[in-house]
Amino acid sequence: MRSNRTAWGLLAPTLLVLGFAGLLPFFYVVYVGFFDWNVFSKTGDLVWAGANNYRRLVFDTEFLAALKRGIVFTLWTVTLEMVLGMALAQLLMREFKGKSFFRAVHALPLTVAPIAVGATWRLMTIPGLGPLPYYLRRIGIDYNIGRYAGQAFATTVLMDVWHWTPFVTLTLLAGLTALPREPFEQAMVDGANRWQILRHLTLPMLRPVILTALFLRIMDALRIVDEVWMLTGGGPGTATRYVGIHVWRVVFPKTDYGYGSAMSVLLLYFTIVLCWLLLTAITQARRETD
Amino acid sequence: MKPNLRKSLSQAINYIVWTLLTLITLFPIYWMFLVSARTRVELFDKPKLYQTSFYAENFIRPLFRDVYGRYLLNSFIISTGNMLLVVVLAILATYALSRYRIPGDQNIFFWTITNRMAPPAAFMLPLFLLYSRVLRIGDWRLFDTHIGLILAYCVFNLPFAIWLLKGIVDGIPIELDDAAMVDGASVMQVIWRIIVPLAAPGIAITALLSWIFAWNEFLFAATLTSVRARTITTGLSEFVTVVGTNWGEMAAMAIVCLAPAILFLALVQQYIVVGLTFGAVRE
Repeated sequence: MRSNRTAWGLLAPTLLVLGFAGLLPFFYVVYVGFFDWNVFSKTGDLVWAGANNYRRLVFDTEFLAALKRGIVFTLWTVTLEMVLGMALAQLLMREFKGKSFFRAVHALPLTVAPIAVGATWRLMTIPGLGPLPYYLRRIGIDYNIGRYAGQAFATTVLMDVWHWTPFVTLTLLAGLTALPREPFEQAMVDGANRWQILRHLTLPMLRPVILTALFLRIMDALRIVDEVWMLTGGGPGTATRYVGIHVWRVVFPKTDYGYGSAMSVLLLYFTIVLCWLLLTAITQARRETD
Repeated sequence: MKPNLRKSLSQAINYIVWTLLTLITLFPIYWMFLVSARTRVELFDKPKLYQTSFYAENFIRPLFRDVYGRYLLNSFIISTGNMLLVVVLAILATYALSRYRIPGDQNIFFWTITNRMAPPAAFMLPLFLLYSRVLRIGDWRLFDTHIGLILAYCVFNLPFAIWLLKGIVDGIPIELDDAAMVDGASVMQVIWRIIVPLAAPGIAITALLSWIFAWNEFLFAATLTSVRARTITTGLSEFVTVVGTNWGEMAAMAIVCLAPAILFLALVQQYIVVGLTFGAVRE
């Protein structure tokens, strides 16, 4: 009755679609990565290039700088989001009037399209129009993200924190609500203070959930494009040109498809390795806590 | 300190924190509403924190005299098409993964999620090349078509839907399908008559979140379309040009873009964690 043929039949449409939209591009980009392909060259043909694109990539200081910038951005945003999210989740563990209202408002940024997030922040920070430069000037701060690299970087971090802290809060809150109560009651009876409970009970028991939130945030922060593209366009100079934006800016205007493909392959490779490392850590943690 | 005083003090701090957070969260969106209601002259005046008049032209011109009405329709067609495709395929695939032991099913399950994790920046070039240059039948290409984006969005939405639904279908007792099959029901009948009704709330959440993810997407839409299938998110980025930006209209279109998601928030809020973590963390 339960034949494998039926199972494959049910899976076939999904495998077909994912094969087309996921696997085919993957193999194709690996293939093109071994060629020189520039639309503006004389013939516009693919010319075999062997490992040349990759050799070039390893010494491409702009690409490496963008990668590093993306990693620094990820470290800042994810750290801030995890700390803030944990604090807010703790606050939401209490009962108080209006809690569900505050929680809903807190979740609001999660549903907003990243490109619209970029647009709103641009509207707030544009000199001569936005409230931020105007009111900061009144207290003597010259705020202009079109001019100062540090401020542009900090603003992209703040925007990401605004957008994604709720995700960490809600995830950790879900984890916290699922924890058994007895160990906490026991610890209270034993006279442990809040900090000790957090350090020795909450954090260890919550580890799989914390790691899951961390994993998803790291993956998302590393591949950020839309919001930052809309807010700063990667500037001023290259201050906020994170790796996704770099690929976007290099590949399309220059139509250097072979080189762009090599770049995409390397990006995918980094992602797969990172994904694997983090997933292993999560499974490990789940096994230990169960 | 007396315990009572201490308690009301901590209550007060709690409310101060949440009020501040609410203000910080809402301010950028509130500011966008203000900008969308202002004329060009008002905009470059001192940035006031309130608004008494409403300049509807910011909404009317782009939507009815410019292309943004069509962008909006495109977004709607593509999100809805993608949602329908994803939900149907995911129900079939999830049923197979949940009820059958086939060699390699665990690997298939994990492989689907790697598609979701891949950076879109790495996928946009091969998809662009395939759509615009390689896959063509005569003059017809996938580039700049609705179906092209509907298929491309499956890369991230289909794995998400499968991961979310798997937990739900696993929770439906297998005895129910066995009983139906003994009565002579086919697999399709079992899925349609038993699995779909029982998993309906989960399916609804999956559909809603898939729709929002497709609606919000930008990178694929920007690289895989040019005129006919442009979406509203791509349209938003087009406001930023070298000759200057029409801020009022941009704000108005940004509001149009985020309106459906905000309307859904009330419905989705409770499930958003399950959705965004692919069900890895249950609320």
